[in-house]
Amino acid sequence: MLESLFFLIVAAVAVLSGILVITCKNPINSALSLILTFFCVATFYVMLEAPFMAAVQVIVYAGAIMVLIVFVIMLLNIKTETDKRTSHAVLISSIIGLFVLFETIYFLNRSSLTGSKGLMDSAMIKSVGHTEIIGKALFTDFLLPFEITSLLLLVAIVGAVVVSKRKI
Amino acid sequence: MGYEILGLPLIYYLAMLGKVIVVFLFVLLTVAYATYAERKIIGHMQVRLGPMETAWHGLLQPIADGLKLFFKEEIIPSQASKLVFLLSPFIALVPAFIAFAVIPFGDTIEIAGYKIPLQIAAYYDTAAGKVIDVNVGVLYILAMAGMGVYGIVLAGWSSNNKYSLLGGLRSAAQVISYELAASFALVAVFMLSESLSLQKIVADQAGVFGWYVWKQPLAFILFCICSVAETNRTPFDLPEAENELVAGFGTEYSSMKYAMFFMAEYANMVTVSAVAATFFLGGWQGPTPWPILNFVAKVYFFMFCFIWIRATYPRYRYDQLMRLGWKVFLPLALLNIVVTGIVVTLFK
Amino acid sequence: MVSLHSYLILSAILFSIGTIGVLTRRNAIVIFMCVELMLNAVNLTFVAFSRYLGNVDGQIFVFFVMTVAACEAAVGLALMIAFFKNKESIDVEDVNLLKW
Repeated sequence: MLESLFFLIVAAVAVLSGILVITCKNPINSALSLILTFFCVATFYVMLEAPFMAAVQVIVYAGAIMVLIVFVIMLLNIKTETDKRTSHAVLISSIIGLFVLFETIYFLNRSSLTGSKGLMDSAMIKSVGHTEIIGKALFTDFLLPFEITSLLLLVAIVGAVVVSKRKI
Repeated sequence: MGYEILGLPLIYYLAMLGKVIVVFLFVLLTVAYATYAERKIIGHMQVRLGPMETAWHGLLQPIADGLKLFFKEEIIPSQASKLVFLLSPFIALVPAFIAFAVIPFGDTIEIAGYKIPLQIAAYYDTAAGKVIDVNVGVLYILAMAGMGVYGIVLAGWSSNNKYSLLGGLRSAAQVISYELAASFALVAVFMLSESLSLQKIVADQAGVFGWYVWKQPLAFILFCICSVAETNRTPFDLPEAENELVAGFGTEYSSMKYAMFFMAEYANMVTVSAVAATFFLGGWQGPTPWPILNFVAKVYFFMFCFIWIRATYPRYRYDQLMRLGWKVFLPLALLNIVVTGIVVTLFK
Repeated sequence: MVSLHSYLILSAILFSIGTIGVLTRRNAIVIFMCVELMLNAVNLTFVAFSRYLGNVDGQIFVFFVMTVAACEAAVGLALMIAFFKNKESIDVEDVNLLKW
């Protein structure tokens, strides 16, 4: 009961701040709302007994990616966007967005959860520890993708430096 | 006390509330008197007396300063982005305080038959017979350290002032660079402890010679220097370099909001000191048999070092600062991780 | 415990908000942020499914999504800076060199 109430409150905050992201005229305000949304998502991860994912969510999204975005907005000194989009275009995109939403919810209500249940339950998370579970999976079953990730990061670093350094 | 909420006795919640209040007051008092101690210590180091007028040897100086700031006029620049301008002092202050939630400041104590661990976000599980705390405590601290930068950056941006903006941008670049090196220094520690829970990390450092500072001297030095940079203290206080940037990101701030930035800086010092004490000097496991005293003494030792460094070193130049962070500290921290990894694999 | 259904509906709502944002905004950085919002909505689905199915694979996938998002942020923002150097704007409607 307490948990459902908490879920509803955080969900409301997440949706409201999500709406603010797309309605704020000033990019910095959008960025701040997005940080709030990320925090709400981190809260959901905690509720889903995934504290490691929550911590990584805050560190990577709120602490790294958003700092970078805020930094670039400040660096380029982007002013408030003058709205050239016609209300016509906004209407059409909103219809598309709402269509996506209703479609998802429609199919969600029609489908049911199948598939075999795995080993990870509350008791296991509590006794082994969530970080340990993630770590074990990451370094055994998913070792190759994990290593490839490092290559991806390297490419991204080189790419970012090359692209932003010279005039293209 | 027979009530239970979510399967835990009510006293656990009361104890948690009590711990929150005690820690909050402790940090607040430390912050207030750190400003006094700083003026006094630096004064004596420079053969001056420091504040002497308010009460005996100026002991009430922090309260007088607080009152003065409180009654000053509140000025909001007319072209400022108002909401962000009002919000950023809070964004700067809050992460410094809430990082304390996972830091253990004493051993488990017993109240009315219930065992209460002296760590805010923790409880004693009677069935398992051990203290359950945040499984990802280290990551939580790193996450909160990453949040502190927003306060400064947004303050700089929202003031709509060139000097503030430059101060904010400098600070963002500096904090991001040094946070990376500081985090990598901590990685070596939890490679040894094999856990991200701070309870476990402290428990591993029993006895003075079990402290991680002996096993990880390089990580300790790196963490200390990087945390000075992360808290924007001299010799790395470039975001507020008076002679170049007026007062940096805080130029347009006045009254209580200025005081909050001031408090945030000192609260960050306390937090970083507590983290350093927990990771490298054994937390509450220390030379004397009184856990809380051990912890507080270690925190104050680091605070003293912060002030000492300020009185000793001149400020770095911006390019030197960046070169130091990226070309010296980061490679050293990575090297430390590699060496620790090899040693751990060979001797396990 | 909150049902899986609530999490899925919530992430559907967040995803749609992101979609609308990508379609309506012209500022490249805001569009970028909306994409991040969509990625987060999907991550939430992954973690919820992972928890309710008792299988850790979903959370590992989220880990990889986060890595890719970080790479995307680095390269994407570098591209925006490069574009800004040329055009003094990051409006997506000014990206029109290949348009005829």
